[in-house]
Amino acid sequence: MVANETNFQRAQGLSTVLSMARNFRGAAAARPLLTGAAGAGAAVLGATLLEVRNRLGGEMGARAAVPADLARNVGARMTTPLLPDDYLHLLNPLWTAREIRGRVVKVVPETDDAATLVIKPGWGWSFDYLPGQYAGIGVQVDGRWAWRSYSITSAPVRNQGHIAITVKAMPEGLLSAHLVRGLDPGTIVRLALPQGEFVLPDPPPPNILFWTGGSGITPVMAMLRTLNRRATMPDVVHIHSAPSRDHFIFGDELRAMAESHPNLRLMEYFDDVDGLFELSQLDEVCPDWRQRQVWVCGPAPMLKAAEAHWEEQGLASSLHVERFSVTLSASAAGGLVTFARSGKTIQADGATTLLEAGEKAGVPMPFGCRMGICHTCVAPLTTGLVKDLRNGNEYSQNQGIQTCITAAAGDCTIDL
Amino acid sequence: MPISDVKAFAHLSEADVEAFAAELDGIRTDIEESLGPDDAGYIRSVIRLQRRLVVAARITLFASALPAAWVAGTTMLGLSKILENMEIGHNVMHGQWDWMNDPEIHSGTWEWDTTCPAEGWKHSHNFVHHTFTNVLGKDNDVGYGILRVTPDQKWSPANLGQPVYNTLLALLFEWGVAFHDLDIEAIRQRRKDPKETLRQLKLIGRKVRRQVGKDYIVFPLLSGPAFLSTLTANATANIIRNLWAYMIIFCGHFPDGAEKFSEEELDGETPAEWYLRQLLGSANFEGGRVLHVLSGSLGYQIEHHLFPDLPSNRYPEIAERVRALCEKYDLPYTSGPLLRQYGQTLRTILQLSLPNRKAAPVHQLRPKGPKRATAEELRRHAGTVAPQAAVS
Repeated sequence: MVANETNFQRAQGLSTVLSMARNFRGAAAARPLLTGAAGAGAAVLGATLLEVRNRLGGEMGARAAVPADLARNVGARMTTPLLPDDYLHLLNPLWTAREIRGRVVKVVPETDDAATLVIKPGWGWSFDYLPGQYAGIGVQVDGRWAWRSYSITSAPVRNQGHIAITVKAMPEGLLSAHLVRGLDPGTIVRLALPQGEFVLPDPPPPNILFWTGGSGITPVMAMLRTLNRRATMPDVVHIHSAPSRDHFIFGDELRAMAESHPNLRLMEYFDDVDGLFELSQLDEVCPDWRQRQVWVCGPAPMLKAAEAHWEEQGLASSLHVERFSVTLSASAAGGLVTFARSGKTIQADGATTLLEAGEKAGVPMPFGCRMGICHTCVAPLTTGLVKDLRNGNEYSQNQGIQTCITAAAGDCTIDL
Repeated sequence: MPISDVKAFAHLSEADVEAFAAELDGIRTDIEESLGPDDAGYIRSVIRLQRRLVVAARITLFASALPAAWVAGTTMLGLSKILENMEIGHNVMHGQWDWMNDPEIHSGTWEWDTTCPAEGWKHSHNFVHHTFTNVLGKDNDVGYGILRVTPDQKWSPANLGQPVYNTLLALLFEWGVAFHDLDIEAIRQRRKDPKETLRQLKLIGRKVRRQVGKDYIVFPLLSGPAFLSTLTANATANIIRNLWAYMIIFCGHFPDGAEKFSEEELDGETPAEWYLRQLLGSANFEGGRVLHVLSGSLGYQIEHHLFPDLPSNRYPEIAERVRALCEKYDLPYTSGPLLRQYGQTLRTILQLSLPNRKAAPVHQLRPKGPKRATAEELRRHAGTVAPQAAVS
């Protein structure tokens, strides 16, 4: 499913690198006295080995993270102002923790418009994610890195070496279509660390209801696969709606899982034969739904109905929902501008630059020429859409934008 | 006499200037809309080449005790520093590649292989120099606070030392660049908050420690017995880069025909007039593709000043269109072979170490008439003419 197209990681990634750029200029702590050319190799090799240990070695790996950073700092004395990673990724694209890379290992078609990408993540990735979380994936389209977030469908297993994300091609989403049909094994993608609150706790609750619709199955798939690995399956009722039998992503695997666990009940509803599943049917198919922790993921109307239903019963606290993509309206002029770091907001019209809006709101805005040439004012746009007042170009979230020549096109958030 | 009204100088009406600017905007739009994988591939391949070059150089220099290795390693290291500073660092920090949305090749994150911190550079260069280009009293790049490069700058006996300052600046260019943003003049006149100066000095200090540590401590030590020869090789590579960067940069605004402006010009200057000032104040030089890449595409100084944030690999095609526009609007387009442009710069610096022998002619207009004025005419009428030439 297209979970949270409003992902924050990209901008966070950008600001991480920004602060990294600041840090590695200042990381003068380690003063190694390396003698002999072997020292150079040792530092780089050290970084490599520690990273490998870090990736493979569980508890020990967690402790190795600090020496890995130390080795990186030592290496950086030779590669300054760059990091060893900036050279190592030329040998192997995965050998860098600066921007996490991943290699597409295979593309598994799930239905005629959905596919699972199996990706081998590079350095810096963490397999400590929780089932239900999503990861950002960046691919190059026309020379530009474009990002979306998708639920990780593989269960988190530290030493598996791969993750799987499942993507459904959206009619309006060029990028999702590209991911489903245009990625060949071997393609290098970029990854943003897993995030999201829509997760299965550990240990899981004894009684669970999953209600999924369409590609909303994807985060729940990671939860079910995680439960499937355990010796005991809690009492799980899973209601899934799909447009038709052919569109049921993971249908075979889910049916097989239900067969092997008597505690797991799978109920399939296909819109073309059964009509839409309505919550009024809930009492009939799952009479004890009030006693269950509920995870719901699917199209917006479904989430809205679920929220209303559980709210009405005073059971909102047992309901967990995952939002679908937020539609950005490109036509909006102006909007509520939020400056995330300074915690200020201001309503700006479509002719007011974000720089002016920020200054009006009392945000310390960086600026230079104020005419779009010097790039002093570049700040990360974390959510929303902005418009270049010079040419009408639109820039969406998760990139650096020039505040002096852009105005809000709808509500947006700037990381300042 | 610096120019105080670009429109009058260029004999263009307000409408002409607006039309000229609209055509330049059109060029920008065309380029922006056509950016794609080939452009991204270009900068990535230059970066790959540069990083390979630096690795090869460092490895070769472990054997720097052998003269052949010293020469080969020094050459490669010098070249890699030139590429990194000029075609990569300078252009990335201008935001030319921000459109790729790649945090690893982004103006917000790039740090370059020189003693000058990116932050200081982006302020003194991207903002001050590119916004107030060639405006006396506003653009500190007009002589960098130590050289008199236009007769409009007041002569003082200290200028007698220009031949020496110029040589020192050329040899130590990266250090001049590192301290440029401090704005010594502002500190001297107590116009600057000492806290800010201290902050900048700390930033420069950190960068200098790391750069010096790498070139003069870590790699020499790693060479073991070849400590000294690696040290000299690294120092030589830095000097090669300094001399080259100095020469290229001095050819941008100091050759004949690159006009200077007074602060009056800035009063109510429209974006269109800003374009015109960038054109009139910059000078190109000619050369092959390799020369242009090694000089960070600054041979296209005019195009760079009109569109500082458009990718440098597009400057050749932009130049063709800008040249045609200059023909159309009867505007000067200053260019010449690299050595001639540098020769003019050097001559001006040497001549201006002496006081003006005669006041420069007070002309605010470019000569009308023949479609293309000679460089000599342009110079004379611009009032930037060097003293000896003025009396001849």
